[in-house]
Amino acid sequence: MRAFTYERPGTSAEAAAAVARRSGAKFLAGGTNLLDLMKLEIETPQHLVDVQDLKLNRIDPTREGGLRIGAFVTNTALAADERVRRSYGVLTRAIMAGASGQLRNKATTAGNLLQRTRCPYFYDTNQPCNKRRPGSGCAAIGGVSRQLAVIGTSDKCIATYPGDMAVAMSVLDATVETVNADGTSRAIPIADFHRLPGDTPHVDTNLQPGELITAVTLPKPIGGRHVYRKVRDRASYAFALVSVAAVIQTNGAGRVAFGGVAHKPWRVKAAEGVLPEGAMAVSARAFADARPTQDNAFKLPLATRALASIIAEGRSA
Amino acid sequence: MTSELEISRRSLLAGSAATAALAAAPQAEAKPPMTTRPSTLPVVLTVNGKRHELMLDTRTTLLDALREHLNLTGTKKGCDHGQCGACTVIVEGQRINSCLSLAVQHHGDAVTTIEGLGRPEKLHPMQAAFIKHDGYQCGYCTPGQICSAVAVLDEIKRGVPSHVQADLSHQPQATNLEMRERMSGNICRCGAYSNIVDAMAEVAGAKL
Repeated sequence: MRAFTYERPGTSAEAAAAVARRSGAKFLAGGTNLLDLMKLEIETPQHLVDVQDLKLNRIDPTREGGLRIGAFVTNTALAADERVRRSYGVLTRAIMAGASGQLRNKATTAGNLLQRTRCPYFYDTNQPCNKRRPGSGCAAIGGVSRQLAVIGTSDKCIATYPGDMAVAMSVLDATVETVNADGTSRAIPIADFHRLPGDTPHVDTNLQPGELITAVTLPKPIGGRHVYRKVRDRASYAFALVSVAAVIQTNGAGRVAFGGVAHKPWRVKAAEGVLPEGAMAVSARAFADARPTQDNAFKLPLATRALASIIAEGRSA
Repeated sequence: MTSELEISRRSLLAGSAATAALAAAPQAEAKPPMTTRPSTLPVVLTVNGKRHELMLDTRTTLLDALREHLNLTGTKKGCDHGQCGACTVIVEGQRINSCLSLAVQHHGDAVTTIEGLGRPEKLHPMQAAFIKHDGYQCGYCTPGQICSAVAVLDEIKRGVPSHVQADLSHQPQATNLEMRERMSGNICRCGAYSNIVDAMAEVAGAKL
């Protein structure tokens, strides 16, 4: 691991200023992904700004009847929150489908949003990777791509966003709140938070350098049946091959987002509009522009079937 | 015979570590110049009830602080990447992977390691149950398994939900299915899983 200096400021404004002030500075929350990448020298920050003292560890009701989740709330605390379990069950389900108990106790809301891809070529520093080393090429294209993206890819990158939590936040229309070093703040709809790889796969999100996530807000509850279905190689503690986050109302309408298929949570509103027509109709629209590889073409029927099982479960209940 | 066995086991471990290192070998030409000099900071940890004042390189993980600086070698380094759970310790009441945490992040925190749970003459009930149910073979993952198991029963008691819970509004129970799911972050290459769950079930039965 490369050497770095470390500080623990007491306010969000100080933290944002601290990262803006120094080149090579990064925020540190739980550290479960960043520290792993630092050991491999995929991430080489020269200065870490620890955000644990910023008092961002509360979940508060909003005036609009929703919830404001502090950036530093752990995955376990968020999933276990009574209000989240009752009214945003898809979020509890998604979080509990990811990682292990030890990791969820340490990983945070903001950190989970910012976790980096698990593409094996991103991790293998002997391979070219446009995300790790811009311009070096993509070894995943033409390589082993079973886990990788089927839609929204570019000729520079076919990595997936690996997380579960953000897929649920996508169907819940969550908003990411941030502050900048100059004191300005903004609210980014979750749909605009993660990016497609395009020509700049090294840029995962639309955050500006030094911009600090302070919270994620959820609008008021929308009712419905909340489901997160994750298909993976093991029963527990594995990344998704395909996942489906769904909130389905009694009339069969609802919202659907897919994980494990793209560089961001994949939600197509025109596709979920035909939910009452069944899973085939939804996935035909959601994946109309899919460009799978030979290795990962199985993800398309798998996504359809995962959604079909969710719909069928609702009918039999 | 013993030393031969030890040597072969050591070289096996070294061999697998080398494979992992090869897969992860950083590309020398891609390295930016090192511009930050090693930095040290004072870190205070209360480990198993005892306060320690350390001066540590910022890069020191909590795991290395425990093992290399406090000589508490009960906590094991398996993968060092949060995948195996051998390094599990309990920090401020929560189990975490000590390999994926910097010691400086835990300045002021209370840490419980396997040494703090029990001692040979006064075993923690979970340690006694692991012995009774043969919950280990080589023993390398065992300290992490036991720290995790103790924390899992506490999480169930506190109502922390899980992936296998059918109804999120119900209080979870220490069933076989629940314990298997909640222990998935602890790998045992000897495959003592069923005996580990038996040990946990005994402690849960006595406690819940």
